[in-house]
Amino acid sequence: MNERFARRLVLTAAAPVSALVIAIVLSTLVLLISGSNPISAYLDMLEHGSKLETQVDILNRATPLYLAGVAVAIGFRMNLLNIGVEGQYLLAFIVAAHLGAQVELPPVLHIAYVLVIAMAVGGAFAGLAGVLKVTRGVNEVISTIMLNSVVISGLAAWWIVEWQAGGEISATGGRVGTEPIDESRLMPDINSWLEAFTREVKFGKELTGMLVVAVVVGVLYHVLLTRTVLGFDLRSSGANQQASHVGGISPKRMIVIAIVLSGVVAGLVGMPELMDAGYYPSNPISLLGFWGIAVALLGRNHPAGVAVAALIFAFLDISSGILQVTGAASREIVEIMKGLIILTAVIAYAVVNRIRARDEAAAAAAAMADPPAPPRTPPAPAEMPV
Amino acid sequence: MPQAETPGSEPRSEQATEPGSEPARAPAIELAGITKRFPGVVANDDIELTVAEGEIHAICGENGAGKSTLMKILYGMQPPDSGTIKIRGETVELHSPARAIELGIGMVHQHFMLADQLTVLENVILGAEPMRALGRIDFNAGRSHLDEVSRAYGLDINADDLVETLEVGERQRVEIIKVLFRGAKILILDEPTAVLVPQEVDELFSNIRDLKAGGATVLFIDHKLDEVLEIADTITVLRQGRTVGAVKPDEVTARDLAEMMIGSELPKPDAGASTVTDEAALEVSGLRVLGESDRPVVDDVSLTVHRGEVVGIAGVEGNGQAELVNAIIGTAESAQGSIRMLGRDITGSSVRARRELGLGYVPQDRHQDGLLLGFSLWENSTLGHQTEEPYSRGPWLNREGMRSRAEQIKSQFDVRTPNIDLSAHALSGGNQQKLIVGREMVADPAVFIANHPTRGIDVGAQAAVWEHIRNARAEGLATLLVSADLEELIGLSDTIVVMLRGRLVARLDPGEITPRTLGAYMTGAALETEVSASE
Repeated sequence: MNERFARRLVLTAAAPVSALVIAIVLSTLVLLISGSNPISAYLDMLEHGSKLETQVDILNRATPLYLAGVAVAIGFRMNLLNIGVEGQYLLAFIVAAHLGAQVELPPVLHIAYVLVIAMAVGGAFAGLAGVLKVTRGVNEVISTIMLNSVVISGLAAWWIVEWQAGGEISATGGRVGTEPIDESRLMPDINSWLEAFTREVKFGKELTGMLVVAVVVGVLYHVLLTRTVLGFDLRSSGANQQASHVGGISPKRMIVIAIVLSGVVAGLVGMPELMDAGYYPSNPISLLGFWGIAVALLGRNHPAGVAVAALIFAFLDISSGILQVTGAASREIVEIMKGLIILTAVIAYAVVNRIRARDEAAAAAAAMADPPAPPRTPPAPAEMPV
Repeated sequence: MPQAETPGSEPRSEQATEPGSEPARAPAIELAGITKRFPGVVANDDIELTVAEGEIHAICGENGAGKSTLMKILYGMQPPDSGTIKIRGETVELHSPARAIELGIGMVHQHFMLADQLTVLENVILGAEPMRALGRIDFNAGRSHLDEVSRAYGLDINADDLVETLEVGERQRVEIIKVLFRGAKILILDEPTAVLVPQEVDELFSNIRDLKAGGATVLFIDHKLDEVLEIADTITVLRQGRTVGAVKPDEVTARDLAEMMIGSELPKPDAGASTVTDEAALEVSGLRVLGESDRPVVDDVSLTVHRGEVVGIAGVEGNGQAELVNAIIGTAESAQGSIRMLGRDITGSSVRARRELGLGYVPQDRHQDGLLLGFSLWENSTLGHQTEEPYSRGPWLNREGMRSRAEQIKSQFDVRTPNIDLSAHALSGGNQQKLIVGREMVADPAVFIANHPTRGIDVGAQAAVWEHIRNARAEGLATLLVSADLEELIGLSDTIVVMLRGRLVARLDPGEITPRTLGAYMTGAALETEVSASE
């Protein structure tokens, strides 16, 4: 029994670890082909990544990546591919920034107000795709891609002009964006939490307080999925919609709930930036929604897995910055690495799942007391039990 | 190529010979000792099949008898575990459909594989395009070949029609032409009549006769006896994965065939005393369910199941039983009529509301409708009851409750598994079925819908399922049993109603009928003495 447990544990760890190793090997090959020294490139990245300030940057990058990953993962659990996280968070971002600048509430209340607006906007906007799917059968991939365009080249482009901070646009390229929220009403950084364990964070780096929100979201996601009836319904409907329907779970209801929840979390993706800058800039950090898909995929939609995936991607994104300084390799190598990691992970998970299924089938077969599949000679019908 | 040599001019004389004695020419297809196992099931067990050149050969058998597996083997979609395949006297390995097509075997699937937006011609040449220089498609060559094919076999079609404008029967013709276009001389038709209305069936049959006249050999899968008798030159019957025998249509009646299909032994008389009460648990009245294109698939069905009663629904598959069941459990809408359960109108209720009211359901297809294959057994034993105690409290799952119920099901219903953390797909079919039956039974339902509850499971599991239904019946459970297993129906039911073309056409006393007579009712042959089934 213990041996079996150990085997399961090894299998669980095997997929991500082997994926990572293979990805590194392949990346090394790419680096060699491109004429760089892979060892020095990796060492540069590791050394840079081990600095406290870089780690703050990594966590700041990982926070929105994680939120985006969880948003996508919620959809995946219901077999929905929410490509629209990108549009949902940008829309939530700009609306929350604008409305947040219109009122002045006490700080804590103000932060909550902004976050709730962002979640509501994200959820409502994603809900559009859900309603389209259940009422008109529109595939959510198509509708969310279209809705992305509506936001990115439509609403956001329009509103940023409409809502821009009057007079503050300077010819020298000062602040361009929506009217700022007063800094006292933004979420404070949590450097002190970090400093309690290490040392003072220098160079004006600030660890985003949204990290705490992200952790809470992760915990809630986990509790929802594993401890509630709704979570059971969602997972079940995602795994087998027809059997779940027979089991009393309305597929349409689950689709709408899943995509709205996905959008609610997506709404938070832009919040680290808003809580830092206080306004929606003309070029906000983008593509987080798409990287969220990769992060969810790598993390297998599991709250902890997605966190690890977000950290890996954030590490690669941030620590590769040093390559531009040292010139050990081109920074773009990390994009190749990210792609390779996803690819190898997908393959590794498939292989491990196959091994696991074989293990289980063997265990079940062993549990059959009598020899399996008694020969059916002659094909006489069974007697009725009386 | 369909430039047909004249077909075997006198197939009739050959068919008059005993099955088994070979015609002079090598048969088109000769299968010997074909065996195919799937985990927990032997789908094909030492099957023999001989199809003479130029004949229409029907393969007949209940669902789960192994017809589809056999056809997949013959079309190269699945390799057999053992056995030999001879095509025109030569032993061949069929490892892919491409190889089968090479050997002149073509398959027309039950579900059409056509591109609606393309014309008939484009669909037919798709994947087998005649080419001109520089990779351009030679439409003229394709068209003239298509014309040749359709003329040779008397299949009438307009090559330029868009497929989306065609009727179902015409689409099927396109599928057949598609196969002939690729040079097939042996055609496998997988339940071709399942999607057709009667007039279309007539047309299909005349097409099939034309195919034969054009020199093709047709292998025809069906389980509708009257159709088989009408069209086939030879009929091979399968039962439980084995060949029962090959017969000529003029030597047998529909009853004989039915007997071959279901096994000839009659079930033991029902020793259980009647436990029927006069307390109605499920009342269906005037129910109508619409299918595709708004045709009624269930029409004016009324039936009552009392506490302690088992009502069996007999019928050839596809006569509305599935839709009736869906309407009762709530996954399909009813267009007319009402459904009452324990005195309450549930016609418009959600599936969950019905479940919570005490509706238990064992689906026909456990993989599609009954299980979450990748989920653990304890999660699977929750599905359908997750809103009830002890599986949950309010919005929270109760994992201990779920697990202890799973343990209870495991021991009480003899689910053979090392533990309840295993995924459902690891279990054999019989054990999966016992899990589902157990799940529904431990919830202590008031009304129990059993849709082919013992299909595809082994004999031991089958007996166990029967016993559980009987025990529950004794405790006052109202059961609606849909089954293709006539012995099961006769042995378990207190009342049997027969469903034909969406209507209940007869109400029978299982104590007075045999599978033979029941089979006759199911095909409509015995309806001269029509019994009104509605109350």
